[in-house]
Amino acid sequence: MKRQIPLVLVFIFGVLLAIQYFIPSEPSQKGYEFVLDWITIIGIFAMVLGIWSQIHVGYYKIRHRAEDWKYSVVTMVSMFGMIFLGLSPFGGLQGTTFRLIYTNIFIPIQATIFALLAFYIASASYRAFRARSAVSTVLLVAALLLMLRVIPMGPLADPINKIGSWMLLVPNLAAKRAILIGVGLGGVATALKIVLGIERSYLGKD
Amino acid sequence: MTLHDRLLALDRRWVFGVLAVFVIIPVFLKFSVPITPVKEVREIYDFVEGLRPGDHILLSLDYDPGSMPELHPVAYAMLEQCFVKKLKVITLTLSTTGAQMVEEAIKDVADSCRIYHGFTPQRGIDYVFLGYKPYPGLIILGMGMNFRIPFPQDYYGTILDSIPMMRGIKNYDNVKGVINLSAGNVSDYWVADGNARYGVKLALAMTGVMAADYYPYYQSKQIFGIIGGMKGAAEYETLCKNPGKATDAMRAQVFAHVVIIIFIIIGNVAYFVGRRKNAPTQESR
Repeated sequence: MKRQIPLVLVFIFGVLLAIQYFIPSEPSQKGYEFVLDWITIIGIFAMVLGIWSQIHVGYYKIRHRAEDWKYSVVTMVSMFGMIFLGLSPFGGLQGTTFRLIYTNIFIPIQATIFALLAFYIASASYRAFRARSAVSTVLLVAALLLMLRVIPMGPLADPINKIGSWMLLVPNLAAKRAILIGVGLGGVATALKIVLGIERSYLGKD
Repeated sequence: MTLHDRLLALDRRWVFGVLAVFVIIPVFLKFSVPITPVKEVREIYDFVEGLRPGDHILLSLDYDPGSMPELHPVAYAMLEQCFVKKLKVITLTLSTTGAQMVEEAIKDVADSCRIYHGFTPQRGIDYVFLGYKPYPGLIILGMGMNFRIPFPQDYYGTILDSIPMMRGIKNYDNVKGVINLSAGNVSDYWVADGNARYGVKLALAMTGVMAADYYPYYQSKQIFGIIGGMKGAAEYETLCKNPGKATDAMRAQVFAHVVIIIFIIIGNVAYFVGRRKNAPTQESR
């Protein structure tokens, strides 16, 4: 029963939503709105579950002094601190402290982490882009041209932009489209397997 | 250890250090770099310019603070362009950490309009900020039916029906187009759910590393334009004749890319010199 009910529900909703997509009409639209509402409600439960899981894992690590438990303290303090400050009686989302923390701590931290990417890309480029073979030479030339395309080159900008656009719109696009079609077909096959109850790993082991 | 061996085994901290120096120097130097807008950026600009005063446009600003340097300049230039053209701008964010940034952008652009154009865009009349809601796919689908399903109120708690510019605006059929500024997979949802399902006229602005992934949608005309990374942002600023932070950052980007290219050349020269020296000679064979 524990396994059969989810299988039946997945089958019914899978088939109904597929029909709904291809036959747009008033009743199917209403049904779709109903399902969307339910997805939102279930999604909110998932968020609650996620927060609970975070608290549970953090608490366990701190209590048992597990490896890197100090990071869990930072996580828990930050999470509860921001919830506390974000609640209306303590200033709310428009409150000065909440905004100060967001502007002066959160934004610089995120920006710093993303900015570090540039340095790792530079280091990786130095090591990876070597003309060791014909294929790696093609990769090297393509990378150089695309890097030049991102630089304002004055009078040379036009031909470099044209070459760069050609690379993005022909070879890149062909490869990307092949991947997208493959992923799409794979997605359809997996969806069919789930709807028909062949793929059951989402039910868990119990 | 020979020079080429040392270059091949160069500690990455040297690369980091040199790059840092060449990114910092241009910040203190004042010079301009020529910026030539590409077709896919120009198409977005032309689209916005082609709209008539009073037309509604939806800007979905779905990025986080990490992507601010690349996407905030686009948001600023585009918002100002829309306000100057007297368009009705519906903004929202599908990024968890985006609400404050969007609010800041609107406030700054409103100030800029007051100083440079002599008018202040009014909330509820010239623009509305719907705020943040989780689950982007669901929100995009919900707005396709009615904006009021995911957003019964705006960010400030005003009922949507009581906002003057939202009267008679039900769903995507009532907006001329959607421009999505994104630093993650929200663009996928806009393409799959917004464009494919509801036929939304869609354009994307995104970080430089993402842009190549979305060209298939541009070629298939599922999106009508792409603004890619800082250079795309600078191009948009140039088209709007509103140079800002992206245009300024082009100086650092030029230096950074030239440094990386030089490193790649040095690495290859060292590799070939090493290979020639290590190649077996006729006698050793």
